[in-house]
Amino acid sequence: MAEYWNVNPDYEISAKSFLADKPEADVSLEFEIAVKDFVNAGKGSAEVKNTLKRLGVDPAILRRIAVASYEAEINVTAHSEGGKMYSYIYDDSVYIRFEDKGPGISNIEQAMVPGWSTADDLVREMGFGAGLGLPNIQKNSDLLHITSEYGSTTTLEIIIYYS
Amino acid sequence: MAIILKDYLDAIQAQVLTPDINTSEISIVDGYVSDMLSDVMGTAKEGQVWITIMRHMNTVAVASMTNIPCVIFAKGLTPDAAVIDRAILEDVCLAASDKQAFDLAGILYKMLGK
Ligand SMILES: Nc1ncnc2c1ncn2[C@@H]1O[C@H](COP(=O)(O)OP(=O)(O)OP(=O)(O)O)[C@@H](O)[C@H]1O
Ligand SMILES: [Mg+2]
Repeated sequence: MAEYWNVNPDYEISAKSFLADKPEADVSLEFEIAVKDFVNAGKGSAEVKNTLKRLGVDPAILRRIAVASYEAEINVTAHSEGGKMYSYIYDDSVYIRFEDKGPGISNIEQAMVPGWSTADDLVREMGFGAGLGLPNIQKNSDLLHITSEYGSTTTLEIIIYYS
Repeated sequence: MAIILKDYLDAIQAQVLTPDINTSEISIVDGYVSDMLSDVMGTAKEGQVWITIMRHMNTVAVASMTNIPCVIFAKGLTPDAAVIDRAILEDVCLAASDKQAFDLAGILYKMLGK
């Protein structure tokens, strides 16, 4: 499987040790993401955003989390056979993992390039397909890790710290 | 410079689709025009009016995620009732105007004194 990493250097140590330990979360949420379901895709991200809002997370951080998570949720509905979103909320950070059923990404480095997209007509009609989702996820997260391969599944993980 | 959303909506003769949202209390500092949702998510900022012809459910989700207080649908386009219901729930103001995007942006630009 090919891998892609991007880590904010300020959080490199905490993020890597988090992934190694995966401590138990204060709150965990699970959402099913169906194929080309543009009406329901986004509900998982909205739920995470609302939960964090109640916990008093700063609005600017909330926006980062909402954008990164919504883009990833839309990518699963738009480009895969469907999958799941797992969200884990901690007192200093949120960890969200998207696992889909494939078909995978043939070249992750290329998929990260702003403007590069394989979106079909339906996806474009829905207002997506600018090739900006993955760059937005990277810009708004402290850690981004993608594991994928064409003909297989895609797993995308993000961590965002509240301060 | 900031303006009151209601003044802008009056200036573009907009039909407000979410009447329960008090547009006199919303202040607008800028605008953004785009029909690509990821472009909006990457670039639009809080306090901006978003002018678009995209009227799917996703438009409301994007506005809500990015704290955009008001979406203006250009060229007289209006979304389905379900989209309006969702906007009310998410506290996003929706308005429709017969004018096209260039004119809608131009009027806002002038009012903001840019
Ligand atoms: N979960 C996924 N499974 C398979 N391919 C994916 C997945 N996520 C992204 N891709 C591939 O990466 C490309 C780039 O993704 P990105 O989110 O940056 O842009 P987009 O989804 O095409 O358009 P936008 O996000 O701007 O609406 C996609 O067009 C698709 O080919
Ligand atoms: Mg995308």
